[in-house]
Amino acid sequence: MHEYSIVQALIDRVQKEADAHGAEAVHGIRVRIGEISGVEIDLLRSAYELFSEKSVCEGAELEIVPVPARWTCRGCGAPIRAGEILCCPVCSQPARLAEGDEILLERIEMEVA
Amino acid sequence: MCETCGCGDPELMPVEIHESLLGENDRAAGHNREHFTDQGVLAINLMGSPGSGKTAVLEATSKALDGRGRLSALSGDLATDHDADRLQKAGIPSLSITTGSACHLDAQLVHRALHDLEWKESDLLFIENVGNLVCPAIYDLGQAVNVVALAVTEGEDKPLKYPVMFRKADLVLITKVDLLPHLPQVDMKAIEDALSHTMPEPAFIPVSAVTGEGIDRWLEWLEELRRHHGE
Repeated sequence: MHEYSIVQALIDRVQKEADAHGAEAVHGIRVRIGEISGVEIDLLRSAYELFSEKSVCEGAELEIVPVPARWTCRGCGAPIRAGEILCCPVCSQPARLAEGDEILLERIEMEVA
Repeated sequence: MCETCGCGDPELMPVEIHESLLGENDRAAGHNREHFTDQGVLAINLMGSPGSGKTAVLEATSKALDGRGRLSALSGDLATDHDADRLQKAGIPSLSITTGSACHLDAQLVHRALHDLEWKESDLLFIENVGNLVCPAIYDLGQAVNVVALAVTEGEDKPLKYPVMFRKADLVLITKVDLLPHLPQVDMKAIEDALSHTMPEPAFIPVSAVTGEGIDRWLEWLEELRRHHGE
């Protein structure tokens, strides 16, 4: 259940940013979560509901953008389909994860005086 | 208040961040990595399910090396010191990191433990993670490589079920192969196939801590890594 520590890191980061901008309230937060980042979106959401209470994030909407895993060839850049062997069928080079492992705080929408 | 039109709505300001939520851990991991590099110590993050044979592999490693390499170990455990005690008995200076309810080690936990372990004189520092195929994969500890222990009894499709873990493995030790004669249903080819669907560069060594099978190949892999690392 590392989702709890990730939500705690999220709230700490938002608090820091809110302080820096002298925000009166935080209205929305957007995060990007990769399909193979190891973070479960449902667990992240319930952890957020629990931990955001009485924090700077209380009442702020959490938007979670899921990012599918996308593999490409390390050599020629050709896409490698999900569920296939992670090796390029054309040039036999190993695959590289182009996206899908991110745990990213993208944007905060805050109310300033 | 919105000053543009005077509508009375609060003024909302979007702030773009684009920062990993693991930033703090990653910074601590970078700090650990500097320590390891400065001391010329190769740190190995050893992960795997509970009971996959992580501790047994390290005991067998120490036995096979027979004093030819200096080892040290940190051992993550929810509630006991058992693994560190076993490693200590096997001749590896070891320290337990008791995580309580935390399901993984993180870079700060490792950093704190480094103050209490004599690791600087060793060639290899094994960080035996908490037995778990999910959470430990997410946290960089500052290690040079990730090694995952996967027992033949765990089921051939484990790599497909836990792609986050196996994607990050530099090497998979397929453990307990001495049990294969008793497990006619286990197909080694199926394990290898599952690994090639989750590891871009599949690398695995079948080993048995009981018979010592494959331990020589594992030591060669470590030696090669040390040579490569020292360059």
